[in-house]
Amino acid sequence: MSNTFFLDGLEIPFREGQTVLEAVLSAGRYIPHLCWRPQLGPHSSCRLCTVIISGRPFSSCTQPAMKGQQVECDTSELQDLRRAVLQMIFVEGNHYCPSCEESGNCRLQAMAYHLGLQDNHFPQQFPIRERDSSHPDVNMDRDRCIRCEICVRASRYLDGKNVFGIHGRGIKSKLAVNAPSGLLKDTDVAAEDQAVTMCPTGCLTVKRVGFKVPIGERIFDKETIVSVALEEFRDQEAAHG
Amino acid sequence: MSRIAGLQLETASHPETLTRTVIEPITRVEGHGKVTLLMDENNRVRQARLHIVEFRGFEKFIQGRPYWEAPVMVQRLCGICPVSHHLAAAKAVDMFVGARRLTPTAEKLRRLMHNGQLLQSHALHFFHLASPDLLFGFGAEVAIRNIVGVIQAYPALALQGVKLRKYGQEVIRVLSGKRVHGVFAIPGGVNKALSREDRAYLQEDIDQMVTWSKEAVDMVRRLCTDNRAEYERFGSFRSNFLSLTTPEGDFELYDGGLRARDDRGQDIFDHVDPAHYLRYLHEEVKSWSYMKFPFIVSRGNEEGWYRVGPLARINNARAMGTPLAEEARKDFMILGKGEPVQVTLAYHWARMIEMLYAAEAIRAQLEDPDILGTDLMNQGERATEGVGVVEAPRGTLIHHYKIDEQDAIVKANLIVATTHNNTAMNEAVREVAVNFLDGTKLTENLLNRIEVAIRAYDPCLSCATHALGRMPLQVELVDAEGQRVDRLVKGSDGAFSAEVG
Repeated sequence: MSNTFFLDGLEIPFREGQTVLEAVLSAGRYIPHLCWRPQLGPHSSCRLCTVIISGRPFSSCTQPAMKGQQVECDTSELQDLRRAVLQMIFVEGNHYCPSCEESGNCRLQAMAYHLGLQDNHFPQQFPIRERDSSHPDVNMDRDRCIRCEICVRASRYLDGKNVFGIHGRGIKSKLAVNAPSGLLKDTDVAAEDQAVTMCPTGCLTVKRVGFKVPIGERIFDKETIVSVALEEFRDQEAAHG
Repeated sequence: MSRIAGLQLETASHPETLTRTVIEPITRVEGHGKVTLLMDENNRVRQARLHIVEFRGFEKFIQGRPYWEAPVMVQRLCGICPVSHHLAAAKAVDMFVGARRLTPTAEKLRRLMHNGQLLQSHALHFFHLASPDLLFGFGAEVAIRNIVGVIQAYPALALQGVKLRKYGQEVIRVLSGKRVHGVFAIPGGVNKALSREDRAYLQEDIDQMVTWSKEAVDMVRRLCTDNRAEYERFGSFRSNFLSLTTPEGDFELYDGGLRARDDRGQDIFDHVDPAHYLRYLHEEVKSWSYMKFPFIVSRGNEEGWYRVGPLARINNARAMGTPLAEEARKDFMILGKGEPVQVTLAYHWARMIEMLYAAEAIRAQLEDPDILGTDLMNQGERATEGVGVVEAPRGTLIHHYKIDEQDAIVKANLIVATTHNNTAMNEAVREVAVNFLDGTKLTENLLNRIEVAIRAYDPCLSCATHALGRMPLQVELVDAEGQRVDRLVKGSDGAFSAEVG
């Protein structure tokens, strides 16, 4: 018997060492996720990729694929759970799509469309968070941070700089930078860094380029979050096998 | 809610089915225009106060935001004229990137968008909101006096109104990606060129739009001349006028200098660089309204108030840049007998002349080879203060921003058309009340007429609530002792009552 498991009854092949999410993407299928990227590996903070295996919830980005396991993913119960998680992410920050320069390029917004989010349901928290515009080329708008730590990991593992970290715990945790002043201008971050370009929302942006891409030409005007994720995964596979 | 009850709520078996009601700390009084009529000892109306109770707060919450966000954020002030806010803010932030002049294509494309905006907004204002008053008479039943009534009685006319508006919105959509709240102007230019296909698409119907706009001018002219005595008396008063003009003194919507003229048509100031508006215009605060009262500094707060909008622009212009509109302007100015036209209801006539101008200007712009250019951006030496002024459909619109060294906005001042017209609207209401108040009893007849007077200026307080021509309105009559002697309320369903609904 070859290495396969079942995703909502559909047989999915996998290679040794692959996670459930990786195997599913390899097979051209999709599980919603925000904090996982093929270049960065498992993280399990956003919980959107939660699936049910043998009656128990697991994050599919960390769960190793195993022969014969039955994975429930596209059930109404799990989609409701994902929507609730996404709603909590929205209300815990200050996400104002109408005037945000990342609108149309934002994965949080694209995920909301993908999951059919109609409202925030939970009361808005309106947290007061400090914006950091001290850097000449990079803006850090913590209002839009979802604490996925993609910038933290990308800076450490891809840029080799270790600029970002998360300070504090739970709902009060916030994005911090590695400088005694606590300001972005005193770090060695640059506009080209993957930590900046990989930010899924409008938290880390390059200054003075906002709104230059017209409506209709933005990423999610032309693609869905599913097609973008599958394309990125294929590119990573092609580059690293 | 107790902690236990809270837990029960959060652990309910199907929490997604629960409805959560959050009572916000500020309960706004919105949707009712409120008017107080103050009487003297002889029970004659001395003063009218139109209370603007909405507080938007854009000047505050734009603070701290990066300047390139301003044109996109502030356009959310309005759903009818967002393009005006988008362009006024863009003109201000152009200064931050040192774009004192735009490339020819970028400026022409912004003007095209602005003309599309004027066309759609004026069509909406006239056909959807004002035409029921003019076609059926001010005292007609509310059940008839609305856009549905117009559709039933004048189907061809109503359809023209809808299609004129749609065309203007299509101009906006083609350029900015959306009919409402798109993104086109960015600091130093625009983010998209006009394609040949889109130009051809817009050219398909433009001749029809010019024809219909001309017919609309003829119709409102006929209404005004047929009812001349009534219209001239209705809510009319003498005032100063403020608008932009070209360097030659002609009609201008997007750029140019500020011109103020007095009620005889004499210049108070002319060719003023809009960046220096604060030297010429001040704002007074009054305790009974959130909206300020601007005035021309040299004339003082008692005499220096003025009107903006279509009537002001036409009164102040030496000429208009398109042939049919210019012909209509000359015809219109006969009404003033050599002086500015002061008639409040002439706003509607002037508005239709402007709509004709916009349609003609769009036609000419689409034939201009520059409009297909691809040189869209310009920049120069960075500045930290910017003022952008345009003529929005309802009048002069001023956006003024300051930024810090980190590109964040630290100060914003917006003066919108409705604010410029604040005193004028009060005057119009007072004039109506003086003529139509019968003793000390408020009547439906009076409320209807107050509504018509306000609508000539169309303040934004009502734009969200009278889409079907039904403006909820509350009028109070107060005697010289400060005691309320009567109150009458018209709800959004058109029903009258003595109580607030």
